[in-house]
Amino acid sequence: MSKISGLGGRLYRGETSIEIIGRRRRWYAVSAVFVLLSIAALSLQGLHLGIEFKGGSSFTVTKAGASVEDARTALTSAGIPGESIIQTIGNDKIRVQTGALDTAQNNAVQDALAAKFSVPVESIDTQIVGPSWGKEITRKALYGLFGFLICVMLYLAMAFEPKMAVAAIAAVIHDVFITVGIYALVGFDVTPATVIGFLTILGYSLYDTVVVFDKIRENTRTITASSKSTYSQATNLAVNQTLVRSMNTSLIALLPVGSILFVGAGLLGAGTLKDLSLALFIGLAVGTYSSIFIAPPVLAQLREKEPAMQALAKRVNGRTAPAGTATPVPSVAGDRRGPRNQPKRKHRK
Amino acid sequence: MSTTTKPVKTTARPARSLAILALVLIALTGLVFVQSATAVRLGLDLRGGTSVTLQPRIAPGENGKVTNEAIDQAVSIIRQRVNSLGVAESEVTAQGSGTNRQIVISVPGDTGRRVVELVGQTAELRFRQVLATATSTGAADPAATPATGVSAEVNAKFAALDCTKAENLQGSGADAPTDTIVSCDRAGLNKYILAPAEVLGRQVSKASAAIDTQGGNAWYVSLTFNGEGTSAFGALTSRVTSLTAPLNQVAIVLDGLVVSAPRITEAIPSGNAQITGSFTQLEAQDLANVLKYGALPLAFDRGEVQQVSPTLGADQLNAGLLAGGLGLGLVLLYSLLYYRGLGLVTVGSLAVAGSLVYLLFLLLGKWIGFTLTLAGIAGAIVAIGVTADSFIIYFERIRDEIREGRSLRTAVETGWSRARRTILVADFVSIIAAVLLYFFAVGGVRGFAFTLGLTTLIDLIVVFVFTKPIVTILSKVNFFASGHPLSGLSAKSTGTLPVAGEA
Repeated sequence: MSKISGLGGRLYRGETSIEIIGRRRRWYAVSAVFVLLSIAALSLQGLHLGIEFKGGSSFTVTKAGASVEDARTALTSAGIPGESIIQTIGNDKIRVQTGALDTAQNNAVQDALAAKFSVPVESIDTQIVGPSWGKEITRKALYGLFGFLICVMLYLAMAFEPKMAVAAIAAVIHDVFITVGIYALVGFDVTPATVIGFLTILGYSLYDTVVVFDKIRENTRTITASSKSTYSQATNLAVNQTLVRSMNTSLIALLPVGSILFVGAGLLGAGTLKDLSLALFIGLAVGTYSSIFIAPPVLAQLREKEPAMQALAKRVNGRTAPAGTATPVPSVAGDRRGPRNQPKRKHRK
Repeated sequence: MSTTTKPVKTTARPARSLAILALVLIALTGLVFVQSATAVRLGLDLRGGTSVTLQPRIAPGENGKVTNEAIDQAVSIIRQRVNSLGVAESEVTAQGSGTNRQIVISVPGDTGRRVVELVGQTAELRFRQVLATATSTGAADPAATPATGVSAEVNAKFAALDCTKAENLQGSGADAPTDTIVSCDRAGLNKYILAPAEVLGRQVSKASAAIDTQGGNAWYVSLTFNGEGTSAFGALTSRVTSLTAPLNQVAIVLDGLVVSAPRITEAIPSGNAQITGSFTQLEAQDLANVLKYGALPLAFDRGEVQQVSPTLGADQLNAGLLAGGLGLGLVLLYSLLYYRGLGLVTVGSLAVAGSLVYLLFLLLGKWIGFTLTLAGIAGAIVAIGVTADSFIIYFERIRDEIREGRSLRTAVETGWSRARRTILVADFVSIIAAVLLYFFAVGGVRGFAFTLGLTTLIDLIVVFVFTKPIVTILSKVNFFASGHPLSGLSAKSTGTLPVAGEA
């Protein structure tokens, strides 16, 4: 543990520097591959939507030793047309999912299952979703998503600066694509609980980004007054300085989510807890990545286009070039900054 | 980086905010006992029950609008119907806003099916003269004798109507009173052509279920019309008695389906009528209640029905609590291992936040009917992480300041002035997410958003009035100030250089 803490100190002073801004092409390439994979998975396989989005009925019987065959027989005897998905959940539950049924058919299925497994009708957990309901939920989820992005963008633009808002939103959109892509690729069920988890994650990913940006803003507030470092270098230092913090906050956030996933998937088998925490888990991982490797480089790139920042880069280059380090500007690490008494200059590994 | 630090006064302030916090906690606890709100209200998914979400819809052929008034009226009618079931703590509420409102009905216990059927009926009761009738054999029946005085279009519809098909027996309440319609009876045995309605459900003033002890113990519903209804029903019955069958039959149509179509043998001027139709006792009582409390002003689609058995409810509650305990334990363990002495501050802060959340759950259950659902529990668990994150931001900030060469006492204050901003911005983003989720979603999602928003607010309060003051106080304690190896602030763990010469 204290090793990590020590690393925190070295990162803070810039003795150890992880090159993030300078190698942005590498991170962009990694993300581009993932985003392309996601788009491919999405267009080839599509999302596996739960009955909440399609309309349909789900019946869960709790009975040790209940078999899929028995459930199928019961379903046939109730005269239910079309495709039904029957699966066992945990070791004492069986779940039957059908297409959209009317009230009489739903009652018939309940009765048939109750008779087949000799359990009372009331003990069958039932969820019936009307066909038009799914559209409603989808519409609302999309409204929620866009509303959220717009509000947060406006807020960040006010609290920080417009370019930071743009970079933060770019990172969020990146998270959305990759998380959705993973869902399409693996074929996890998408339910309203997934969507909630997902929206929460957007919030959380931004939380992480906000922490990093706050430090960037602090480091670059008076940057043009001196010629010590370029915007990119200052940004890189800020990311390094907040690296330990980001890892800690992400890990701490991941622990409870991991517990929900463990209990939800392990003990309950399926349902709200599992769907929610799975989305959180995946999103959290992607969100942490993007708040370090995507949002700051995008921001640096946007800001470096400004004439003031280009002039600054020229001044800094002018100062450093005669010193003999031939490293090109954007990839100069932040390792020249820091306390004047730093013991020795360590170069990037 | 600015190195000028304003001398921050810390005298008495931390103690005061801690005292205020203690008072608030005591006051809330007192309120809990005064209001006897000693148990958190659990949602149906945690204790078993049925919830039905209804989506209002404009009936085809009507130009009505889904207005707030109509929704409110529907809510109060459905509430009366649900209350007639006599199940305690049943709830009927409208959620969402504008034209996008839904009605959510939650009834605990295992009344599942009755609830679903009871609330779904629009209860459009109409009395219509029968113009033609035929038994429905299944296949389209071109031999059905075309009724006279009816348009060819209606006759064609009548011939094509197949009452053995389930979709024709759904009942929709979509029949406009002024139209001549074709309809099936509820059993799917007969089909009818029916004249425009002459008596409407709202002209019924009383309805009750009764048993006919002479006629084979059959349950029926007895109706009393109001003045307008009495004269309309009198006129209708006296006009048709002299006609030939089937024109002397009057169909009682509920939600577009014929309940019964008795032959009228004499005029009924008394304003009383009976609906017979081989009802069970429950069916007769439910129908009477539905008629008594009136027709819903809107048609509804059943959006979602969820029936959770008490067993599953208990399982989900246990799983939620277990996940919460596990998550909390891991977070505490991690912060103790990483932050040592400072980790204790995390433990204390989470304990305070936890008590505040619990007390508010209790009180909000009493005040605004807040119920804790599984999604709500998940929201609270996720919030453990977000709350702990605020402490980390602050602690890391303090360590950064120490790395800059500041003394612990100064670092605690300058670190706070910087961390405060970050925490405020980050929490505000969380709150935006919670508020939007709350307004754009229904059902369980709202529960999640509510707890997430509430816990984020509490996080802010705790960081300001507990964590910060406690750290200020601790910074004066020698154990922390001298950078004891277990304090989490030692030179070794912050990685501070032995000779820090930074001005």
